[in-house]
Amino acid sequence: MKLFVSEGNPHCLKVLAALGVTGVQCDVQYVNHEERVVPFLSRPTLPALLLPSGLHLFSSNAICRYLFEVSGKDSSERCNQWLEWEATDLQPALLQALHMAVLQGKGSEVSKVLQGPLNYLDQSLSKGNTPYLTGEAVSVADVVLWAALYPILSDSSLALGECKSVKTWFDRGAAVMCSFQAAAQKVLQGKGLQGMKSYMQRQPAPQSSQCRDTQSCNSNPAEGEEGERVVSEEEMEAAAVTFSKGLNACPLATNRQHPILPQEGKRNLLVTSALPYVNNVPHLGNIIGCVLSADVFSRYGRLRGWNMLFVCGTDEYGTATENKAREEGLTPQQICDKYHAIHSSIYKWFQIDFDFFGRTTTEKQTEIAQNIFWRLHKHDFLVEDTVEQLRCESCQRFLADRFVEGTCPHCSYPEARGDQCDKCGRLINAVELREPQCKVCRQTPVIRSSKHLFLDLPKLEAQLEQWLDKSTSTGDWTANAKQITRSWLRDGLKPRCITRDLKWGTPVPHPDFKEKVFYVWFDAPIGYLSITANYTDKWEKWWKNPHQVELYNFMAKDNVPFHSVVFPCSLLGAQDNYTLVNHLVATEYLNYEDTKFSKSRGVGVFGDMAKDTGIPSDVWRFYLLYVRPEGQDSAFSWADMATKNNSELLNNLGNFINRAGMFVTKFFEGCVPAIELQQEDKKLLALVGWELQQYIQLMDKVKIRDALKHILNISRHGNQYIQVNEPWKKIKGGDTERQRAGTVTGLSVNIACLLSVMLFPYMPTVSQTIRDQLNAPQSCINAMLQGTGTFVCALSAGHRVGTVSPLFQKLEVDQIEALKKKFGGQQKTAQTAASTQPAAVPAPLAEVAMVNGVDPEKAKQLTLAVTEQGEKVRALKAQKAEKAVITAEVTKLLDLKKQLALAEGKSPEPAPQKGKKK
Amino acid sequence: MALRELSSLEKFLGLKKPNKYSTQGDKKVPVLQNNNGPPLVGLVTIACHLVKEAKRPELLGDSAESRAVVQQWLEHRVTKLDGCTKEDIKTILKDLNLYLQDKVYLAGNQFTLADTFMYYGIHPLIVDLAIQEKEQYMNVTRWFDHIQHYPGIRHHLPPVAVLRNRIYTGRHH
Repeated sequence: MKLFVSEGNPHCLKVLAALGVTGVQCDVQYVNHEERVVPFLSRPTLPALLLPSGLHLFSSNAICRYLFEVSGKDSSERCNQWLEWEATDLQPALLQALHMAVLQGKGSEVSKVLQGPLNYLDQSLSKGNTPYLTGEAVSVADVVLWAALYPILSDSSLALGECKSVKTWFDRGAAVMCSFQAAAQKVLQGKGLQGMKSYMQRQPAPQSSQCRDTQSCNSNPAEGEEGERVVSEEEMEAAAVTFSKGLNACPLATNRQHPILPQEGKRNLLVTSALPYVNNVPHLGNIIGCVLSADVFSRYGRLRGWNMLFVCGTDEYGTATENKAREEGLTPQQICDKYHAIHSSIYKWFQIDFDFFGRTTTEKQTEIAQNIFWRLHKHDFLVEDTVEQLRCESCQRFLADRFVEGTCPHCSYPEARGDQCDKCGRLINAVELREPQCKVCRQTPVIRSSKHLFLDLPKLEAQLEQWLDKSTSTGDWTANAKQITRSWLRDGLKPRCITRDLKWGTPVPHPDFKEKVFYVWFDAPIGYLSITANYTDKWEKWWKNPHQVELYNFMAKDNVPFHSVVFPCSLLGAQDNYTLVNHLVATEYLNYEDTKFSKSRGVGVFGDMAKDTGIPSDVWRFYLLYVRPEGQDSAFSWADMATKNNSELLNNLGNFINRAGMFVTKFFEGCVPAIELQQEDKKLLALVGWELQQYIQLMDKVKIRDALKHILNISRHGNQYIQVNEPWKKIKGGDTERQRAGTVTGLSVNIACLLSVMLFPYMPTVSQTIRDQLNAPQSCINAMLQGTGTFVCALSAGHRVGTVSPLFQKLEVDQIEALKKKFGGQQKTAQTAASTQPAAVPAPLAEVAMVNGVDPEKAKQLTLAVTEQGEKVRALKAQKAEKAVITAEVTKLLDLKKQLALAEGKSPEPAPQKGKKK
Repeated sequence: MALRELSSLEKFLGLKKPNKYSTQGDKKVPVLQNNNGPPLVGLVTIACHLVKEAKRPELLGDSAESRAVVQQWLEHRVTKLDGCTKEDIKTILKDLNLYLQDKVYLAGNQFTLADTFMYYGIHPLIVDLAIQEKEQYMNVTRWFDHIQHYPGIRHHLPPVAVLRNRIYTGRHH
């Protein structure tokens, strides 16, 4: 007999508890969540018990009952009743509660869904007047309920109402099931509720129908997606009136003209995203955290008609660059040039539409940083002190913070960095580290003293707090940004050193500190100013203009203190009317398949690899934004990406837009039919209008992920509308029916047009493709997002659409599996394996490449040719061209693909082979 | 619905005097008033109780293993089949089809209460299947046909045609 369980799966707690209480001998094996243990179930289901007969039990309650029975304890009718109640009533509520507590960070609200079942249990216990559920002794019912409730009841942070009897019963159980505690520790990895995160992320979100008696579940618009909204008559009429206005009244979009400067009477928004450090290739987490989020918001802002400037650039100074240069035998400047180009090309591929993407190693940087320095000096905000610094004698240099590692003095985390502990997040002085080590040579560094300058943060604290109060209360600061800032202030500010004994940096202009440069934390944020100065001479119109300009900073949460405390202090102390941050938008972390991204281990997808996956940039953007770590950490998962692509993009969004366009092409000779609005159509207009309003409200508050859901809701409404009205049938009917088909088609194609606009910030290419296919006027882009949102008829009767073709492609399971393997961390070994394979012919690597005919230049040309030919084939198919013509073009395409595979050094056959097998 | 199932079960078990049931909650969970104790609540709980009352314990399985299997499918019926969504249906049928590949009944070679209640629960799904789909889930169809013809089981439900030589789907006759 063998029991299969997985970590983080709450159902496994039950069977382990039953095993402990009954003492039945049984092998226990921990497997991955995704493991399909039960051969006849298509979804991974755990726990599972392999019976001596070879049969599998897959229900945790049945397993528990079985364990009790083989240990000689039959379950009574009362037990059965509790088990049935647990499965049908308690579990749905628990699932919902865990979903809220673990994934949505709404631990405070779980009582709403759990109160019902808990009260029922409480009453039964107090009425029964026995220590256990079914009498004087522990039964299977106690064990199952106890273990099911364990994650919730043992977490003291969850606010659950008074259930005295439940509490007494639970504590009594804890004493009996002491052997179980160890199992629980293992299943939850000692992390309590958070230990279930990766499991919960793989579970389908609980249906809100399960909480129909708790109204509050639907109160949040972003989550009330399941419930049908009730639309009033007034809303319908208003929506119909707006729709009928058409595009006429709307202003034309104006093109961007550089340099963009603040304008009187407009909302002037300055958007920055955290400056990526130059010698790391950014991974998906970096991309979603700053540049992609900032890009979506900037694109949205431009649609809203705001005057936006979006700047970013590479952060290039520091020891890490010096070291990289030493490694690669280049000068630091050459390293920066090289990697700056890599960054640029990655962001270009991701369609990050910067107004200017600069760098920190410029004249302007020196000029502005030194100016701020002198101003701080003049106003007496700098203090001098000698610093004890770590120096590695074997490397012959002072160690920058990032080059020391040791044990955190606060939380004893063994891999704390010299400036900050990744575990507890506290800042550290490198000399405080216990057991410090030089990261380069692993020797123990010695402490040397040297004279340095400090920014007197305590002196600026009062001024800072005053400003923070105002900024956080009037601006849109994410909750984590406020909280991190608060905790910094609570601990009290200390003077911070702004100089370093290094060469690669902005020189300190003070004669007493000639040999030193500015510390990067002081220097890097000034990069925002200097990059803007490299963009326009009139940069001060943005940066010394707090009355006209609103500043948005995008970053991941680890960067918050530098933007909310330290940099504002530099600017406040400089007293030069600087623009300070108004809206600080920080994301949580994005994990990679439940682990961290790691360049050294080859785990995760890095910016430069995304394009090699063959998945379009827009789909990457969509998925990253769909899982944007907004309010809580989230995880990138290949399987989930495929699901979201196939279910949301292909089957929902793409399907709707394609159907709408195809109906116009097929049934109305490519001309949008006349629209005669009936009650049902007005209702749809109102529903769509409402989703549009929600989208705008959320986007205005930079809730990028939540807003995306409303786009998908619209296409869901649209699909349903088409499905109910069946225009493909009505078109064959009488005049009234044909007219009805026309209205449905006309309305649908206009919704498709609206969707293209709403999608623009997220998927710019797809957005443009839709408008091209519909031949939609460009003016519709700005028209729809005015005010609180206006869904107008942009494609009026008689408008001729272009060629309609599918927007998305299915991501196949084997394709995803291959990618998952490729990026799963065995990359290094895979590469070695690949390069050792042709070693039968002992030739140097370069030669092997030649033998295989690898030719990157040719591959590039062929890739273009394949794309073009592919588009040609799709167009022909869409136009329903003759079969022979299509076949001829397909043959050409296959041939091109073969050549491309050869040029890339891959086996040319994989794609066609798959077809032949079946 | 649950009440009709229980009354069909009573007939099948040959219980002389029918019990009186009530329901509770939105989901209309059946409740049986019990003379010698608190009421019994829940479809599975009451069904098992009736089987014991009729002295037919073999219907709950004749070994610890088969008893566990029977309980598992009864639970499956009330947690997964009841209230399943359209998307779930395919998975449910596919999995059950694979499971029944080498079995006559859910608990192997012996007819049990699990067959009765899985049959009752899956009936509405089977009614809606087209002939082609029924062929796709051949093992389910075979088992289903077998159970609906098992003496005394069908009672409150219309028979479903599973053979190809009928032109219409089950719903229309």
